[in-house]
Amino acid sequence: MPDMKTPLADKPESPSVASQPGLSPVEREFTVKEKSQWQQAARRFLRHRIAMVSLVLLLLLMLFAFVGPHFWQFRYDDVSGNDTSQAPSLKHPFGTDNLGTDSLATVMRGAQQSLKIAFSIALLAVIVGSIWGVVSGYFLGFVDSVLMRLADLLLTIPALALAGALAHNTSGSWWVIALVLGGLSTPYVARVVRGVVLSLREREFIEAARALGASNTRIMFRHLIPNCLAVVIVNATLLVAAGILGETALSFLGLGVRAPDTSLGLLVSGAQGAVDTRPWLFYFPGIFIILIALTVNFIGDGLRDALDPRQTRQRR
Amino acid sequence: MFAFVIRRILISIPVLIGSTILTFLMVKATGDPLQNLKLRNPPVPRHTIALEEHRLHLDESWPAQYWHWISNVVLHGNFGPAINSTDNIGHNLFLAMQVTARLVILSVIISLILAVITGVYSAVRQYSITDYTTTFMGFLFLSMPVFWFAILLKQGGIWYNQHVASGTFYTIGEKSVFLTDNSEWSRIKDYAGHLILPTIVLSLAGYAGWTRFTRASMLEVLNSDYVRLARSKGLKPRQVLVKHALRTALIPLTTVTALDIAALLGGAIVTETVFQWHGMGNLFLTALRQLDFNVMLAWLLVTATIVILFNLLADILYGVLDPRIRHA
Repeated sequence: MPDMKTPLADKPESPSVASQPGLSPVEREFTVKEKSQWQQAARRFLRHRIAMVSLVLLLLLMLFAFVGPHFWQFRYDDVSGNDTSQAPSLKHPFGTDNLGTDSLATVMRGAQQSLKIAFSIALLAVIVGSIWGVVSGYFLGFVDSVLMRLADLLLTIPALALAGALAHNTSGSWWVIALVLGGLSTPYVARVVRGVVLSLREREFIEAARALGASNTRIMFRHLIPNCLAVVIVNATLLVAAGILGETALSFLGLGVRAPDTSLGLLVSGAQGAVDTRPWLFYFPGIFIILIALTVNFIGDGLRDALDPRQTRQRR
Repeated sequence: MFAFVIRRILISIPVLIGSTILTFLMVKATGDPLQNLKLRNPPVPRHTIALEEHRLHLDESWPAQYWHWISNVVLHGNFGPAINSTDNIGHNLFLAMQVTARLVILSVIISLILAVITGVYSAVRQYSITDYTTTFMGFLFLSMPVFWFAILLKQGGIWYNQHVASGTFYTIGEKSVFLTDNSEWSRIKDYAGHLILPTIVLSLAGYAGWTRFTRASMLEVLNSDYVRLARSKGLKPRQVLVKHALRTALIPLTTVTALDIAALLGGAIVTETVFQWHGMGNLFLTALRQLDFNVMLAWLLVTATIVILFNLLADILYGVLDPRIRHA
């Protein structure tokens, strides 16, 4: 797998095998440039074609969602009443709704809110979940029982119902939805991290750290969490995809992001009755949800292949 | 084995109790159940509000309310009074569960069958066109919002009814309100007709994850030493596949299926909303809008119990199916 690098023979100061008498010139010594685990993973990821295409596409989508609104002539909250229910045209590429709001502008805003929420969910769940899992897996015993039962408990209730109940009495601003859904995704990360920690904590390097007098906090944060990072990153990506689907479903049910703000789920919900008459209102937000979730899922798959090569049959 | 089952059941009990406390606190946080009554114009007499508070036990402290609720549920099977005083929560919940169970059970069966077939096939023919196609379809369904696909399918059904043959697909409700022929058979046919589209939606939602899982699990087994041994012994490929590989590969799927039940119920809420079914989803969302806290509590309690039961079942099944895991 490691690259064959320049033969040592090219470098004047190193002893050259090929020039030694008695050896055929075909036999050459190769040096192998040292590569860290992360460099190898990065290389595998860069070679994963679908994941790379998805990454570029996702970056473009983010550019579209975050930068796009600054360059577009219409605003998402503009209800001027002109050009109502227009089909897609040059002036309004995604058409307009019954209030004359430009759909491109609303889709950009919706994608922005949905992406913001999805990434916040993943970030929150990963940070809190990692600590939760590492504490649980490292200390074991009573702490572990309590923390894991708490995780079980949160996982017993359909997240959508729980999130709906929690978000119902709030303002419905984006960070509340992110907080609720992120909080409910935390136990998943905690469970995964705990599983990894359980096997890591018995390894020699942890024992060595303990023998050297490292504190529990130091072992957990300097030794255990960095070694869980690969698993955590993969799970974080999958959480982004799950997060965007969760948020849009919640907004679709009227329990997530609320008007006057908008999200992709809310847009689809509003276009429910208009699939026949104004299909552009329904298809564009839906396609953007699918595109975001699909690219994120593919990136997650590529990351898994890159960070955890045991799972692929063919070595890359 | 028996001891393991008993121990496992005993562990579930504190989880269930904990989840009742948690749901109670969360439902309490959703808002004042009498909000709608208090905001009525002309204002409702203070006496009426006090009576309502007393009827719903809102005048007691939270621990007292919790105790009142949980003891009634456990001892009398009574889920407490609803906001609308004529509603019987237990009865409504039972009816809604029947409706949702039809949808969920059928979808689980269909999507499991499909997931295993395509998952195994794409593992056996890894990196073939079929593998790439099913993998891509899996990713697509994994990334497709359930509600969007449901609306799409519903509109497709409506379009078909209008343009090709009217009355082919039922797109609204879980049953016809009025049947000309009230025999048992026509009722079953009516149920089945209403089931078609929502079942497709929910099946595909479950299918995506499970087929990916089956594929991964099958690949791992196919690369294992004992399968290589079975092959080198000269067993028929079919025998190796079905008797040796498949049995092992499907064990983890039982766990995953059981653990996904909670997510599937969430999908059912959305599907039911789109197709306007009067199932669990509708019951919960209506209760949430009216802040009908006892209905919400009953709903969350029942779903939590179902999910815990399935987790329990998964653990026990795992021990039964996998001889490597014998719980002493």
